[in-house]
Amino acid sequence: MTARTVRGEKNLQKIHQASGDGIGRSPQRPDGALKVRGEFAYSSDLWHEDMLWGRALRSPHPRADILSVDVSAALALPGVYAVLTHEDIPGAKFYGLEIADQPALAIDKVRYQGEPVALVAADHPETARRAAERIRVEYRVLDPITTEEQCLDPERYGYVHEPHEYKALARGNVCHEQRVVSGRGVTDEVRALADVVVCGEYEVGMQDQAFLGPESGLAVPAEDGGVDLYVATQWLHVDRQQMAPVLALPEEKVRLTLAGVGGAFGGREDLSMQIHACLLALHTGKPVKIVYSRDESFFGHVHRHPARMRYEHGATRDGRLVFADCRIVLDGGAYASTSPAVAGNAASLGHGPYVIPNVRMQAVALYSNNPPCGAMRGFGAVQAAFGYESQMDRLAAALGMDPVELRQLNAFSQGDFMPTGQQIDAPAPVAELLQRAKDRPLPPPLDASDLRNLPGALSNTTHGEGVVRGVGYSVGIKNVGFSEGFDDYSTARVRLEAIGGEPVAMVHTAAAEVGQGGVTVHAQIARTELGVERVTIHPANTEIGSAGSTSASRQTYMTGGAVKLAAEAVREVLFDRGRRRHGWTHRDLALAGGAVVSASAGVLMPLAELLGDEPVEQTRVHRHRPTAALDRETGQGFGHVQYSFCANRAVVDVDVELGLVKLVELTAVQDVGRALNPQAVVGQIHGGCTQAIGLAVMEEIVLADGKVRNASFTDYLIPTVLDTPSMPVELLELPDPNAPYGLRGVGEAPTVSATPSIVAAIRQATGKALTRIPVRPEHLTDTS
Amino acid sequence: MRVVFTANGRRVEADDVWEGESLLYVLRERVGLPGSKNACEQGECGSCTVYLDGVPVCACLVAAGQVQGRQVRTVEGLNGPDGALAPVQQAFLDAGAVQCGFCTPGLLVQTDALLARDPRPSDADIREALSGNLCRCTGYEKIMDAVRLAASRISGAEDGR
Repeated sequence: MTARTVRGEKNLQKIHQASGDGIGRSPQRPDGALKVRGEFAYSSDLWHEDMLWGRALRSPHPRADILSVDVSAALALPGVYAVLTHEDIPGAKFYGLEIADQPALAIDKVRYQGEPVALVAADHPETARRAAERIRVEYRVLDPITTEEQCLDPERYGYVHEPHEYKALARGNVCHEQRVVSGRGVTDEVRALADVVVCGEYEVGMQDQAFLGPESGLAVPAEDGGVDLYVATQWLHVDRQQMAPVLALPEEKVRLTLAGVGGAFGGREDLSMQIHACLLALHTGKPVKIVYSRDESFFGHVHRHPARMRYEHGATRDGRLVFADCRIVLDGGAYASTSPAVAGNAASLGHGPYVIPNVRMQAVALYSNNPPCGAMRGFGAVQAAFGYESQMDRLAAALGMDPVELRQLNAFSQGDFMPTGQQIDAPAPVAELLQRAKDRPLPPPLDASDLRNLPGALSNTTHGEGVVRGVGYSVGIKNVGFSEGFDDYSTARVRLEAIGGEPVAMVHTAAAEVGQGGVTVHAQIARTELGVERVTIHPANTEIGSAGSTSASRQTYMTGGAVKLAAEAVREVLFDRGRRRHGWTHRDLALAGGAVVSASAGVLMPLAELLGDEPVEQTRVHRHRPTAALDRETGQGFGHVQYSFCANRAVVDVDVELGLVKLVELTAVQDVGRALNPQAVVGQIHGGCTQAIGLAVMEEIVLADGKVRNASFTDYLIPTVLDTPSMPVELLELPDPNAPYGLRGVGEAPTVSATPSIVAAIRQATGKALTRIPVRPEHLTDTS
Repeated sequence: MRVVFTANGRRVEADDVWEGESLLYVLRERVGLPGSKNACEQGECGSCTVYLDGVPVCACLVAAGQVQGRQVRTVEGLNGPDGALAPVQQAFLDAGAVQCGFCTPGLLVQTDALLARDPRPSDADIREALSGNLCRCTGYEKIMDAVRLAASRISGAEDGR
């Protein structure tokens, strides 16, 4: 059984692009034509002769002991090929991104609603569903540990993981804690230096990534006893690293190929169906496909950590920040996932993009019986930004200052120091970003003649009466790349050969294209560095070294950087060849227009001729500069690779009588270092802003005693085109000297920064304090 | 049961269809047309939008048996007979309206239907027409650009006749 029999050959094979531009332009996506034709094979589109459908049985309870599991009735159903429990797992029983604390299938207890307990493989998805229903699991249901108070009192409420089970530096139900102290910390003496002090408590609900392509993939057992998995993920190699021990296979026998990915946003960092499909495939000897329903998807991936935050800021009468004191409590749910790194981000970025001489930050990630939380776009910085930006508005009001001016007065610029002691050694134009957002013309006043412009729109809830406009500003800071000493690298192979008398570059990486346009940028870099038109994108797979994760706004920086290095190496080999064979002595050799050129001597030779039938292939690994772990108690350390800043202005119309909010405009101004593909960069900012709109006014996974109440797109609302306003974007391109081409990761900063501007605008319209997001109509009408 | 219908102008037959299967499942799993997408399977996201006898519907909400003898047109049937991209497809590419692309097939069919009934829609009309199609990547701005671009190209081509 080989890949060739998997339907969906087009993008699982190579994608050729006959022409296009280099960096700085916005050529068409290599996968674009396949996508608009409906021919791009997503992980849920795959098909294999003889394939079975896999399905997980999930716990209905957030916390329970499993007394018994009886699979006999399920196995007896015609069309069922296998029913597996943890007892059928050949290798390690636990896995995890940072801490291996999550069982591949529940063992003796369940810790969250939706935890997988057993697996079924059957010849039809409906048969698999019915079989799963026939598995009899006897539970002893326990009171779930769901609130901060319960989590922090394990003596009374119990442990999510018994202390003897801890696999990390956990204690009580605290999964991870990070502190940052700078200056003199926050003491009574420091407090006394402030003329004005403002305090606030803030809350952020649990947001879902809500990528549209459900978790899915196809596992094909191989003749060598291994398995080939075609899957939608953010990081092929870390999937494999977690899968192989559970499957009791060496890594080289667990081969992954990236199938089409229908969005990710952090929700595909953790494993979902990967191990399950492979277990079933290896057990039955048949290909197994698993596709989650939307309902199952809500239980099948981690979410954004909900947060409770307490902030205290002090400032002088003229608006200079004196201190910030903050505690952020993140609910990590039942398993660690990336909670330690999320807490690290919240602690190290939780002061915001401001110079504050004295800081005391504490971020705590809890274990609970709520759904596991982990990575989502913005990763710990989003929650904090709602806290510190709400505080800036509160402080401005207390001081009688303009909120933008207060921010600008305290804004970071290059050379300033983070509370971690790290100096910001690249441009940090925070004040300018705000100024540009402020200077843009405001949208015209409400035109109530078309109902569709109004809050409530065609529901005909108002004709303009009770509608008040508000304007709000915010700015945010996000780290780019993996932090705190992680050895973060990416690998790229570039091959240049002559095909049909023309030079063709092939780029092979394991980077997960999740929609962001990494493949477009890789082709652009190859064109720029090699002076060619035609580029072939090799499918991402584990045949090549790791590209690291498509996360943390890092992939253009990291894998783009690797492609650049590999292409430069190819170029050097060609120049050497020319010097040896053709005696070139020019010091200004370059590749352009499909030829080797010299500025002084003109065209020396067409590339195809120099290549002949001897292709050149080079593989390179790209590392960013090293970072260091943060001291656990003081948070001191060179923790982050790069910082990314975005400022927003939101304009809203609010029906203050009904509590309905209509976004009129959301402006984003962002420093992107260098826009390798301006269209894709703007697309990232639009998308990032829209997820921030969702968090501001719509999106929350509603929980009741650890149970999800809205696991569907009927009940969990993400912004539609009617909820989303015009979003002008202004780019600054101030190069970062440490980064390839000077670029700066762009995908997350707008998700961090935009939410507070929207809430600020609603506050201005309504006069409400609004300390919790998402803001709901009942918060605006005092009917909650 | 056996279901026979026309998909993109071609007669297709599906055997052993379970009565609970949707048109979407039959298209994707039985007749080799996986272009229509399965993001929610309850009619909220619009990713599976297809024409059924010329009317855009969510294929996930149509029972397979209901399409017996009827005409279905999917994203795979939007391009011209010569295989060239339709104006809406080209406009989505040119405008950068495609990121992950999972919403794209449904949006293309919905846009095609909008422009067929109103070649020069206002922005408010576009938003209203596309409000049943969720996109999680683009924030819709470039989708709006794409629809405007497709409309201008189609109208321009018509005006030029």
